[in-house]
Amino acid sequence: MTTPSADDARPATAGRAAAPESGPSDSPPARGQNGDQPLLRLVGVGKNFGPVRALTDINLDVTLGQVTALVGDNGAGKSTLIKTIAGIWPQDHGEILWEGRPVRLHSPKDAAGLGIATVYQDLALADNLDIVQNMFLGREPVKHWALDETTMEKEAKRTLADLSVVTVRSVRQPVGSLSGGQRQAVAVARAVLRQARLVVLDEPTAALGVTQTRVVLDLIRRLKSQNIAVIVISHNLNDVMAVADRVAVLRLGQLVSVGPLSQYDAQSIVELMTTGTSGRRAAAGSEPSSQQPAGSSSEH
Amino acid sequence: MSTDVEQPSEADEAAAIAAPEVIANTLGEYVKIWWTRVRSGESGALPVILGLVVIVVYFQARSSLFLSAGNLVNLIEQAAWIVTLGMAEVFVLLLGEIDLSIGYTSVIGSVFTCWLLVPPDPAPWPLAVLVGLAFPAVFGLIEGVIITRLRLPSFVVTLAGQLAGLGLLLAIINIAAPGSGGTIRLYSSVLNDIENGAMSPLAGWIVMAAAVALGGALMITRDNRRRAGGLAAPPASVTWLKVAAMAVAGVVVVLIGNTNRGVGLVVVSGVPWVILVVLVVLVAWSFLLGRTRFGRYVYAIGGNAEAARRAGINLSRIRVLAFVLAGLTAGVMGIIYASQLGSVSSNVPGGQNVLFAVAAAVIGGTSLFGGRGTMLGAVLGGLIVAVIYNGLQLLGLGASPQYIWTAVVLLAAVTIDTVARRSRTSA
Ligand SMILES: Nc1ncnc2c1ncn2[C@@H]1O[C@H](COP(=O)(O)OP(=O)(O)OP(=O)(O)O)[C@@H](O)[C@H]1O
Ligand SMILES: [Mg+2]
Repeated sequence: MTTPSADDARPATAGRAAAPESGPSDSPPARGQNGDQPLLRLVGVGKNFGPVRALTDINLDVTLGQVTALVGDNGAGKSTLIKTIAGIWPQDHGEILWEGRPVRLHSPKDAAGLGIATVYQDLALADNLDIVQNMFLGREPVKHWALDETTMEKEAKRTLADLSVVTVRSVRQPVGSLSGGQRQAVAVARAVLRQARLVVLDEPTAALGVTQTRVVLDLIRRLKSQNIAVIVISHNLNDVMAVADRVAVLRLGQLVSVGPLSQYDAQSIVELMTTGTSGRRAAAGSEPSSQQPAGSSSEH
Repeated sequence: MSTDVEQPSEADEAAAIAAPEVIANTLGEYVKIWWTRVRSGESGALPVILGLVVIVVYFQARSSLFLSAGNLVNLIEQAAWIVTLGMAEVFVLLLGEIDLSIGYTSVIGSVFTCWLLVPPDPAPWPLAVLVGLAFPAVFGLIEGVIITRLRLPSFVVTLAGQLAGLGLLLAIINIAAPGSGGTIRLYSSVLNDIENGAMSPLAGWIVMAAAVALGGALMITRDNRRRAGGLAAPPASVTWLKVAAMAVAGVVVVLIGNTNRGVGLVVVSGVPWVILVVLVVLVAWSFLLGRTRFGRYVYAIGGNAEAARRAGINLSRIRVLAFVLAGLTAGVMGIIYASQLGSVSSNVPGGQNVLFAVAAAVIGGTSLFGGRGTMLGAVLGGLIVAVIYNGLQLLGLGASPQYIWTAVVLLAAVTIDTVARRSRTSA
């Protein structure tokens, strides 16, 4: 494996802790020790499924403390893009840079090692395991040769409480017995538990009612205020408008527009998604200056 | 399916979702939750135990000899190998895989054991046992690697393993014991005593007391740790009831074992060693599945392999390890088998044995689709299969009803389980 080990990720995690209370709205996002470097940078990334070109030449920067909304019509390639970032399937073309260094994401473990946590659209939970077991799957604490169930259960409870997930009766119920919204909450809680530096959410609100949608949006804001980078896919433009700092529009596997939220309104996003161009905002594959303050989030 | 299922109350709803051990705080709550779970097909070992009791009562009614000490010890000795092979099969069944080869690889292992112990200069018996365990484990390793590397179905790969195993068995016995007509004797008295020897009555009591004390201590520590952490823990009364139940079961077993089962003037008594062997395997493997990462990942892969993969679990490694452990456990079965017969013969029905093992696991509540099942279930299921065999033999009935009744029980177990689950999900 050529990926940086978990050790490489540690100092930067410390950097996150060292930037407390960084207001989400009033300044350019706090950066790690690496100056202006984005946390994650995709350069010319492409992915084919046989003859299907699911992604072509994607260039995208993701910065700490910012919420990037990835929008696009069905089949635009959103899920494919984040699965590439998550190491589910490696890209066929292009490069992925993590804090300026090229990395190879060949397995979910590679991504997890860097601090990338993903909440999938098709929720990756095991129905036969309970909430605690799912939340800790792959990173269970061990004490005296045995799984430390007590610690896991306590931490799971605390995390769910932090996220105001109050509807589950017991953290020991199998995930198969949960409603769609509850499952989503568990999946999000699982990502939060991972101390991630980049949290990727694929349609986190798609199955949720009004209250739980608000809970998830609040949660996204909380991640952001902890200086975590967030990528969120959504078909719901209200959600996008509510939490995003930046918008990236995908259409037929191509990134047709990227920029701060302030440069878009709902209509221009829809036009970009459907036609690839918008009268209000010129379609540009190029990255606008990421120095631009993310002014929009202060409006809420 | 009834359409007028009553609306479950809130407590019922909570009960349907988690074991009472982790959500109940009082005895009343515990019983209520437990009963709701029983009704919804989440009751764990209960239906199997009930089934066992029904069958035992039937045979006792038909033959008063059934519950005699002599026959019960006999039954335990007959059940030991199938119970052990059932536990072996659980490792792979939990993954949604199957291993058809261990019926033969297990006895090939014990042929090696016997071979090493042939006089005039036998190897030390622990070494011989080690080789006997290593062979099926390595065979499982090879099968596991083929299955994961080449992405072939385990059914086919282990079916090939079964055929190859039969061929190897014939060849190796002929080399190890030429001119014997395909039988090799087990010369070690230590190994023969696993099935045919017994602890002294005092040793039986000591082992039983130690086992109950250890089990009870583990349960109580677990409860205390949960309570200290502010988590729901079963009330002390429940825990003590369980310890008491364990103690009663232990006392009954030792009393039966220590009853004289000799004929005429010969006194034969004591708990057979094989109980200890099976118990150690059961406890070790239950711990492995229930309390370690490996076990957690086995269940996760059986439940949702993609979820496990995305959680960063190395699926191939867990799968290969499961086949190795199935082989290793089968190796234990091979030694028990050789001990029971005092020899290994090339006529061993390895293909049939392995199917009985699968039946034992499934009767004990293991799902063929993976993700569900326990070692204890396989032990109880294996006991049922053995009771049917033993009881019908006692009644002077031959092989034909034995197969048919095993088939009926297998079908009944799967049907009850499936119907209970279906009614729960549709409720
Ligand atoms: N495993 C796969 N094999 C083959 N083609 C695939 C696979 N996954 C996705 N695709 C194709 O890649 C394209 C992009 O799919 P993707 O799932 O990324 O879309 P999406 O933007 O997430 O859509 P939605 O909004 O419906 O979730 C589609 O044309 C799809 O058919
Ligand atoms: Mg998608």
